[in-house]
Amino acid sequence: MDNVILSLILLVPLAGAALVLLLPERGKIPAWIALLDSLFTFACTLHLPAHFVSGRGGFQFEENVLWLSHPRISYHLGVDGLSLWLVVLVGLLAPVGVLASWKSIQKNTKAFYSLFLLQQTAMVGVFVSLDLMLYYGFWELSLIPIAILTAMFGRNLSEASATKAALRFFLYTFIPSAPLLVALLWLYAHTGSFDYAALQAAIASGSLPGWQLGWVSVAFLLAFAVKVPVLGMHGWLADTFSEAPVAIAMIAAGKLGLYSLIRFHVELFPALAREAAPWMIGLAVAGILYGAMLALVQRDFWKLLSYATLSSLSFCTLGIYGFTLSGMNGALLQTVNEGLIGAALFLMLGVLYDSARSCQIASFGGAAHRAPRLAALFVIASLAMIGLPLLNGFVGEFLVLSGTFTGVGKGWATAAALGVILSAAYMLRLIQKIFLGEAETNSPRIRDLSWQETCTVGVLAMIMLAMGVMPTLWTSTMEPALQGVTQRFLTVDQAPVSAAYGAVTSASTGEPR
Amino acid sequence: MNDPMLFLPLIPLLPLLGFLLNGVLGSRLPKALVSAIALIFPLASFALVARAAWMVHTGLALPVVEHDAPAWIVSGAMHIGFGLALDQLTLVMLLVITGVGFLIHLYSVGYMEHEAGYWRYFAYLNLFLFFMTTLVLAANFLLMFVGWEGVGLASYLLIGFYIDRKSAGDAGKKAFVVNRVGDFGFLIAIFLLLANFGTLNFSEIAAHLATPAALSGGTITLICLCLLLGATGKSAQIPLYIWLPDAMEGPTPVSALIHAATMVTAGVYMIARAHALFDLSPTALMVVAVIGAATAFFAATVAMVQTDIKRVLAYSTISQLGYMFLACGVGAYSAAVFHLMTHAFFKALLFLAAGSVIHGLSGEQDMRRMGGLRKEMPVTFWTMTAAVLAISGFFPFAGFFSKDAILAAAFEQGAAGKALWTVGLITALLTSFYMFRLWYMTFMGQSRARGHAQHEHGHEHDHKQAHAHESPWIMLTPLVILAALSVGGGWVGMERFGAFLAPVTGKAANAGDAHVELMLSVLAVLVAATGWFVAHSLYARSESRGATESLAGPRRVLENKYWIDELYIACVVRPIEWIARYVLGWIGELVLVRGSAWLLAGIAGLCGEWLRRWQSGNLRSYAAWLAAAAAVLLIFVLAGTLLGVGGFAQTLSWAVR
Repeated sequence: MDNVILSLILLVPLAGAALVLLLPERGKIPAWIALLDSLFTFACTLHLPAHFVSGRGGFQFEENVLWLSHPRISYHLGVDGLSLWLVVLVGLLAPVGVLASWKSIQKNTKAFYSLFLLQQTAMVGVFVSLDLMLYYGFWELSLIPIAILTAMFGRNLSEASATKAALRFFLYTFIPSAPLLVALLWLYAHTGSFDYAALQAAIASGSLPGWQLGWVSVAFLLAFAVKVPVLGMHGWLADTFSEAPVAIAMIAAGKLGLYSLIRFHVELFPALAREAAPWMIGLAVAGILYGAMLALVQRDFWKLLSYATLSSLSFCTLGIYGFTLSGMNGALLQTVNEGLIGAALFLMLGVLYDSARSCQIASFGGAAHRAPRLAALFVIASLAMIGLPLLNGFVGEFLVLSGTFTGVGKGWATAAALGVILSAAYMLRLIQKIFLGEAETNSPRIRDLSWQETCTVGVLAMIMLAMGVMPTLWTSTMEPALQGVTQRFLTVDQAPVSAAYGAVTSASTGEPR
Repeated sequence: MNDPMLFLPLIPLLPLLGFLLNGVLGSRLPKALVSAIALIFPLASFALVARAAWMVHTGLALPVVEHDAPAWIVSGAMHIGFGLALDQLTLVMLLVITGVGFLIHLYSVGYMEHEAGYWRYFAYLNLFLFFMTTLVLAANFLLMFVGWEGVGLASYLLIGFYIDRKSAGDAGKKAFVVNRVGDFGFLIAIFLLLANFGTLNFSEIAAHLATPAALSGGTITLICLCLLLGATGKSAQIPLYIWLPDAMEGPTPVSALIHAATMVTAGVYMIARAHALFDLSPTALMVVAVIGAATAFFAATVAMVQTDIKRVLAYSTISQLGYMFLACGVGAYSAAVFHLMTHAFFKALLFLAAGSVIHGLSGEQDMRRMGGLRKEMPVTFWTMTAAVLAISGFFPFAGFFSKDAILAAAFEQGAAGKALWTVGLITALLTSFYMFRLWYMTFMGQSRARGHAQHEHGHEHDHKQAHAHESPWIMLTPLVILAALSVGGGWVGMERFGAFLAPVTGKAANAGDAHVELMLSVLAVLVAATGWFVAHSLYARSESRGATESLAGPRRVLENKYWIDELYIACVVRPIEWIARYVLGWIGELVLVRGSAWLLAGIAGLCGEWLRRWQSGNLRSYAAWLAAAAAVLLIFVLAGTLLGVGGFAQTLSWAVR
């Protein structure tokens, strides 16, 4: 079982997508297939933490089959503490996404659910690929359904805005993928391998030409930073959040980019990542405050959520580039947190949006009267988001901030901690405007969560609580892998860093080799 | 049950169970069952605490459960657990929290009887007890922070309990956000502690501090000031006191429990708990003392002119908390905790009695529309009288002993101490004045009630009698018990109380000259009597009330609370919004979003040039670009398989170069 489980997780959604396409589009057939399929996939992903040996280093559940000999591309899959919980998270969010679309997607369900399942395969593929060309294939594949679904199932009435959002997402994410491909090919040309471990060893050996390697790492960094997004690259975020169907929007940001930053930037180019670290830390701290302040003054709740997401994802970036164990630990935990909390908030705001046909915060008020379950669960998810202790957001933020405080600088940590004040301000403002007060004009149309939705968000809320009270269940499996990252970083710190330093400075001065 | 491992966690967990039961099922349960659940768990908690107190009384050792506690956050060398510890200080706090807490739960059964969302109210109240007991039982700073933020949440939920009212929502949000500013300070202090000591356990930090020259004085002062910022938020001191008056939007029993007796004293508890740090930093202690004295005086002046009965009490709470800070600042931690305890008795009583008045007047809170209630509400009147005498510091009521201890401790601290003492004494005068003003306006003279009022509480009693009625016994019983405590709660005396706390807070400074102390006590009582006299001459008869109008100027300043709220809005809130909306929202978004789009396009162009060298394509648009990228990939794969030549990698590397 252990040696086919990852393939199973990849293939089940793909088979589901095919099945959706083959069967007739009648009633709820596609939705049911998608639901059962994604539930089965989720059950499969649970096999991973159940059988993961947490003490052992390296990858587990590995599958390695040579696919093409020239160029040498392998079907090489594997999971370690870094990717383990992200695979499970994707597994969990798929049924959540299907349930969130249950009522809102009524037309073209065949297209919707098949692309949705395809997207799931792509995302899992990104997390488990250990061959960089395979990884790149999944990476590209993961971008396509988002763009198409945003264009086809745009939430707003005007079709033009959906197309615009899809195009913007397309531009932002596809363009940086091109240099990523070039960089990959360059690596292959110099090492003759796409294998992760081989490339890592080759780069660590310092035999690759310096200044070009610097640019290669920048190409990697850029592609991932856009997908997170890091401050400045967030141009696609607000549009996608406003337009994409809820099930798509909730998976569009965060995890893919953040995972790739750790795996393929920090782990692959430790020396060069340290060169980039001051910039990334600066962008992260600025992003925390920038996103939080903008979230404070938004009138549209999708926009508010997008800036809030920018702010909380910046915590992850901060943790990654602090290169401290607790910072990395917090960043990875926070990546999972953001996925859970974001999914819950998206689902609930989607219900509000669908029933009131408005995303203007001002058009709501007193919704708690008509939708008490929605109000209660929304408050819980918001509290998790603003880092209330005993919910998961706090643990992630605390680890990131304490790592930053000791490992990077007190000033940076203090500035980032200001985001904690602002996050309370914008989320409580949102809660007050939507749920409190006397019932407003729109509220008669507002419905409460259905029992399926209540169960879904309820489960998410329980996980938030469990992760907040017993985070060690998660961090104990994450930590060994991250320890590897920070240790590799420390060892690389000794010798080749000076070489890389020279490489980057010569690159920045434009000096030829 | 003798195993401390077992019974210590139960103290917070029992109310949590009550919260879960009422919170999940409450809307479907009959009211009587909701009340039973809400009462039984706090009572059980109180029983456990009382049992622990009995153990101490009979000389058994206090349990400290720290080391085998389940882990919470573990990362690298950092290990933070759910450690609980019970010592004398915690015991006093727990007695107050669960004892007064239970009484207020009982009172609420009567007070909230007609409210919609009855179950929700009690769920929140139990949740509060869970977090508050966690706060005082925590054996490390981070677990304390859990309680700290958690009581803030409970406070937020209860202030905003009347969800129909916008003002309640505003007040709840303000309370939470202002507290978050304080929590920010607390969090930074935690990081500093973690960075310098590698642990957050109280006992381990104390052990570190015991070794000489553990840390530079500057770091200690910084830690203390960050902690102090947290304390000023939770305990409503300058500069973060602004949320507490607004918090009166919550139901009155909530004001009694959270915003008078327990939660707002958490800052005092925190300073007492961290006294080993504060003792090492005279600067920080001086700041604590000055903030305390300034807040005590400032809030008392504002309390003199308020007309809403709950607002008078709110400012009075701020002022009394100032006394406790003052005590901490002069190193008299046990006096601070003593005052904390007596204050919990008489201030809870004041609020509950005020609630009884409001209940009796169908929701009226404006003292200008009260008066003459001593006949209609005799129990409320007499219990309130005990509380007024206690807070004003008349012998032998509880407040006399604790306030006296604070003032005496300040007096002995040199010249600065004398100044602080003077401020404290003047504040005592003001306290006595505004409390008797409240007393006269509410209970004496003739009734000034209007037809039917609608404030917090009036929804259900709209067309009831215009004249007042005494509250039911379920509300009066807590009043009577608290009145007894307000009278006799101080008789334990500072000596014995200080000796009891000495293992935690250290020995109090040597008592001064007995004659001087006696003089100070007499002076304090005289001052209180003066306040009463002034209030009597101004407010005892309705017609003389115009006398205060002559001071229109200062009065206006006080009625507007020195325009501090307006100042904060103009200097903090508006600039942040302005920067967010215009600087970031317009300029920032324009530059970043457009700029990064251009940057991406530029990079794409560059790469296009690069790729064009070995892949002749005419790339005109982004879409075509993607197609090309995909095509490259495809060709690459196909070529590799078809050619099957080993030279491919070389060809490729040639191409890329």
